[in-house]
Amino acid sequence: MELSGAQILVQSLIDEGVEYIFGYPGGAVLHLYDALFQQEELKHILVRHEQGATHAADGYARATGKPGVVLVTSGPGATNAITGIATAYMDSIPMVVISGQVSLPVIGSDAFQEVDMIGITRPCVKHNYLVKDVTKLAETIKKAFYVATTGRPGPVVVDIPKDITAPHIKVPYKYPKKVSIRSYNPIVTGHKGQIKKAVDLLLSAQKPIIYSGGGVILGEASKELTEFTRILDYPITSTLMGLGAYPGTDKQFIGMLGMHGTYEANMAMHESDVIIAIGARFDDRVTGKLDLFCPFAKIIHIDVDPASISKTVRVDIPIVGEVKPVLEQMIELIKESHKKPHKKTLEPWWNQIEQWRAVKCLEFDRESRLIKPQHVIEQLHEVTRGDAYITSDVGQHQMWAAQYYPFDKPRRWINSGGLGTMGFGLPAAIGVKLAFPDADVACVTGEASIQMCIQELSTALQYKTPIKIINLNNRYMGMVRQWQEFSYESRYSHSYMDTIPEFVKLAEAYGHVGIRIDKPEEVRPALEEAFAMKDRTVFLDIITDRTENVYPMIEAGKGHHDMKLRVALGTSTERELA
Amino acid sequence: MRHIISILMENESGALSRVAGLFSARGYNIESLTVAPTEDPSLSRMTLVTRGNEDIIEQITKQLNKLIDVVKLIDLADSDHIERELMMVKIKTSEQMRDEIKRMTDIFRGKIIDVAPTTYIVEMTGPSEKLDAFIAAVDPDAIIEVVRSGPTGISRGEKGLYL
Repeated sequence: MELSGAQILVQSLIDEGVEYIFGYPGGAVLHLYDALFQQEELKHILVRHEQGATHAADGYARATGKPGVVLVTSGPGATNAITGIATAYMDSIPMVVISGQVSLPVIGSDAFQEVDMIGITRPCVKHNYLVKDVTKLAETIKKAFYVATTGRPGPVVVDIPKDITAPHIKVPYKYPKKVSIRSYNPIVTGHKGQIKKAVDLLLSAQKPIIYSGGGVILGEASKELTEFTRILDYPITSTLMGLGAYPGTDKQFIGMLGMHGTYEANMAMHESDVIIAIGARFDDRVTGKLDLFCPFAKIIHIDVDPASISKTVRVDIPIVGEVKPVLEQMIELIKESHKKPHKKTLEPWWNQIEQWRAVKCLEFDRESRLIKPQHVIEQLHEVTRGDAYITSDVGQHQMWAAQYYPFDKPRRWINSGGLGTMGFGLPAAIGVKLAFPDADVACVTGEASIQMCIQELSTALQYKTPIKIINLNNRYMGMVRQWQEFSYESRYSHSYMDTIPEFVKLAEAYGHVGIRIDKPEEVRPALEEAFAMKDRTVFLDIITDRTENVYPMIEAGKGHHDMKLRVALGTSTERELA
Repeated sequence: MRHIISILMENESGALSRVAGLFSARGYNIESLTVAPTEDPSLSRMTLVTRGNEDIIEQITKQLNKLIDVVKLIDLADSDHIERELMMVKIKTSEQMRDEIKRMTDIFRGKIIDVAPTTYIVEMTGPSEKLDAFIAAVDPDAIIEVVRSGPTGISRGEKGLYL
């Protein structure tokens, strides 16, 4: 079969099993778009801005586990995609981004819409390729998918000059079934000796804790993590990225850890004698001040990426390997061992944890005349029976969603954890809804974040992806304002917007339904109404208490045991902001 | 501590900038860097001298290994190795200085590889300290130009960096 470069690209994506490609046309990719036009298998989703394409593909990838695919043109198309590529990179999301490039002979001449995409993406991709020979195109695409999806996943950019896709140059096409790269051999199974040592240490613990992260979700090891946690009867905490890998409503789950984690999770980390970190990377929002991090604990760390091990925190027993096979091996060893953990040994530890739990660090003012954002999320959880896909933007609303919507299943909580990208939620929700048209998909956002990619409301209409936008509107960039309140004597420098659009009208202008509420008793009926409209995108503009802060909190430079709690400060309803 | 990291990598355009970019992005320092293709034209070999404590060097080698273009690497400082650097020095030579420069070059086992009416070019290889010592021994006003390759190295015995 002889095909042009453009046809080869399209056919390669089809042969790779790609369902959706998120993109935006332009000069350098016209041949590619012409090839897309002439087929029906590969569905193209036309976004309104390239950043939206990357986030939508990213949301699709996070919800399905399959790589997200993006197609953008050269120059501004490529640079607009950078934020989304970096977002995927920081959270290890498999993604293949095809970017158009100016023709080979003019590369380097500052041609129209030329940008050095390979250079500009180098620090935020797992790898990138510039295709210089059309006969290598299919193989390069295969390699891109292989690299993006194996080992520690990540985005891969394939930059394709326009002349490579020219319709009149046809070459034989065969999509390789397999590729191998001599310099890339990700480790799968863990070292047996290390695993044995880890199990011995785990079973000797008096105050153990399981600290699980996004790697468990990426590694499809939720089932193994749950079995592992249950047979040990140890407490388990999770990072923001790992929520849902272990059921959030289970009694062994003691909440998220870190800056806005629960009191019980952070105290348990601080007091523990053995920590097993599973697919987590000791991020600075998790550890707090490094010198104060878990002073009494021996640490076991399972990670597929050797560079994640001992990067910030020195670990005692490193295990390099995929989380799933390593956990399987550990479960087997624990079952064989005669030193199984006794309920008696763990009793004092669990009692201590229950005392911390009794502090009820997530309690808030339920009597307020204003809508409390926490109340909205709790109601959202009930209305969706805890079974929705929740995407979020970045800020206070993101933390409240993580704290008050317990996720019982992996891949349900979709947010930008590492890069912290405002504008992520809406396009991501579109990607999720395309993957799961029958599921409830909600985007929890704020009036600042939503405006960063609001143009994608138009995409949601075109492709009939009825999502629910839960806009926690506090007329502030809430997280910025919170930090300014705590650390800058309430000097709210540019953390508010004097002009905020009327979101109801805006939603309507985009062809959707808009609902605005400002009383607590309206929350439940509004949510029910929104989710009852199965085939409409609904924008719920919820006017919340603008003084509300995210608690508990570990402030910068403090340790896990030094949390700022709401109880100590009272609730903030009656508080006037300066 | 000073470390010499030897890297075998794919001989592809952009591979060098991936390594250089990694160092600048993560704030590691590069003291010197040399790179050339090997006997296998698909591979380049790079020698990189850097400084840092054990934790930093561990991260550097892990991050380098993570680059898809990096096939294999070793830290030469981990074991017995030989280190050499090439230097060429252009020296101003007056009538009365010529013998002196010639003598000095012989002592340091260098060679004079170019003779012009008013200049010599001296070629010298050796460990970096030896080259430093030669420079220190020559009158600084006489030195017109110094070009150094940066150190490169190979481990002794059976240990080494090959596929």
